[in-house]
Amino acid sequence: MIWDPKQETISGEALTTLQLSRLQNTIASVYETVPFYRALFERQGLHPSQVQSIEDLQHFPFTTKDALRDNYPFGLFARPMKDIVRVHASSGTTGKPIVAGYTSNDLAIWSELVARITTMAGVGAEDIAQVCFSYGLFTGGFGLHYGLEKVGATVVPASVGNTEKQIMLLRDFGVTVLIATPSYALYLAEVAVDMGIDPCSLPLRVGMFGSEPWTDQMRLEIEARLGLTATDNYGLTEIIGPGVAGECSARAGLHINEDHFLVEVIDPQTGHVVADGTEGELVFTTLTKEGFPVIRYRSKDISVLTRARCACGRTTARMRRVTGRTDDMLIINGVNVFPSQIESVLMEIKEVAPHYLIVVDKKKRYLDDLEVRVELNRNTFTGSFRDLEEVERKISSKLASVLTVSARVKLVEPKSLERTMGKAKRVIDRRT
Amino acid sequence: MKVKQISVFLENKSGRLADVTRSLGINGINIRALSIADTTDFGILRLIVSKPNEANRILRDEGFMVSETEVIAVDVPDRPGGLADVLEYLGQGGINIEYLYAFVGHASQDALVIFRVEDCDGAVKALQAKGIRVLDGEAVYSL
Repeated sequence: MIWDPKQETISGEALTTLQLSRLQNTIASVYETVPFYRALFERQGLHPSQVQSIEDLQHFPFTTKDALRDNYPFGLFARPMKDIVRVHASSGTTGKPIVAGYTSNDLAIWSELVARITTMAGVGAEDIAQVCFSYGLFTGGFGLHYGLEKVGATVVPASVGNTEKQIMLLRDFGVTVLIATPSYALYLAEVAVDMGIDPCSLPLRVGMFGSEPWTDQMRLEIEARLGLTATDNYGLTEIIGPGVAGECSARAGLHINEDHFLVEVIDPQTGHVVADGTEGELVFTTLTKEGFPVIRYRSKDISVLTRARCACGRTTARMRRVTGRTDDMLIINGVNVFPSQIESVLMEIKEVAPHYLIVVDKKKRYLDDLEVRVELNRNTFTGSFRDLEEVERKISSKLASVLTVSARVKLVEPKSLERTMGKAKRVIDRRT
Repeated sequence: MKVKQISVFLENKSGRLADVTRSLGINGINIRALSIADTTDFGILRLIVSKPNEANRILRDEGFMVSETEVIAVDVPDRPGGLADVLEYLGQGGINIEYLYAFVGHASQDALVIFRVEDCDGAVKALQAKGIRVLDGEAVYSL
């Protein structure tokens, strides 16, 4: 089933016409209302009237995460705050988050787009769907919630945590659809077994997984352990949240909602657009966003596009599941974490030196475990046990508030972490 | 009446304690008393040695994280209730104790106990008033 056959099976020509008129509107709108974009365009001698074809967008500069951070919190909104009815946020590269604002029209479109990917995953009005994403600044919880309601599914907004209760709800409510990170799905299966419940005996039928990278082996494992069909979906807060792309029954890539998001793939080194079928960094331009439009946003996600006809009948371009990043962003239990955020916390603490090592592992079964090893500053060592425990506590609580995931802090001796001549090795990721 | 104590930060990995004691040994420094407090990740080794200033310098040169703290060495009557009496006197004097540990050797017929307190001078006064002997640094280092 296709949620919006008119748009999802649109002809290539009609799509291009629609995209161009929406692109022209968006470029004109940000030029008029967002000083950042006007200055950026003018610096390069660009004017909205120069967009005469989709390809003309390639003359326009990229928007990076740094630009979003520099305009914190609302500097890139294209509508006055009285028109903004909700904000969400994702982690920035330092302590400040990236804030996205939505008008009521944006929220209506967002629900439509999530309804599309929900239908792609084979979920409908007969389903009972449990959302195990946090409801808060994170786009995952609310984003999936309203799209699922839109298709008429019964939504169980279970949010995160209390896994035993989550399993009780899955069983007692007869939940058929699980919305979670892939690693949480595997963790749920393990806890169910501990509770004496065979996860395959649960009525779960479909899983809609996202917000962290996963492998084909992980997909097979989830399907075997939970007895469901595992589908992938993709989104990012800077663009809208979930609903950018989703997987259909053919499971041969994720259909991008191209009538709302113009996608380009670039060579991350040169910034040049590469041909379909060539791997590169995904770059998105929003075509209908009112509150927080973004022009040529560099996602840092690595993928490949195909426009070959899909068996499901949809005509939209498909992206291969994201397999990597062009930057050092880590995804810890679905939350984006940058080493620079950790560094900025450590720099503020005089008892430690600016030498640290981040170790990520799958400790508690399938969940990610984040350990931060940091060298003590020998000049502030008092010899008191209490003082060291206080330093540990101070770092942990600051990290928890900046990262929104917990980290274990391990104090180590000065000069004990490995020194390299070139770029310091700050991260050991043992998960793959 | 104060005694210099050396504190050394140790990561919980094999061989670190041996490294410290070996460094002291080859430099002819004798350990008079020691204690270790630890968590799963790290520990603090506390030492009373024959030559504290030298030990401090040697360990620093070896790259250890070291700090020097003042403690007091108290002759605790070696009989049931001896330590309880001393603790009571300190309590009466309003002295807070951070930690304490017993000595390896004997100064006399009594047991020697190292106390780390917030107020060293106050502690010495409170104990001496009750006739408890407190040893000075030189006496302890040369035991």
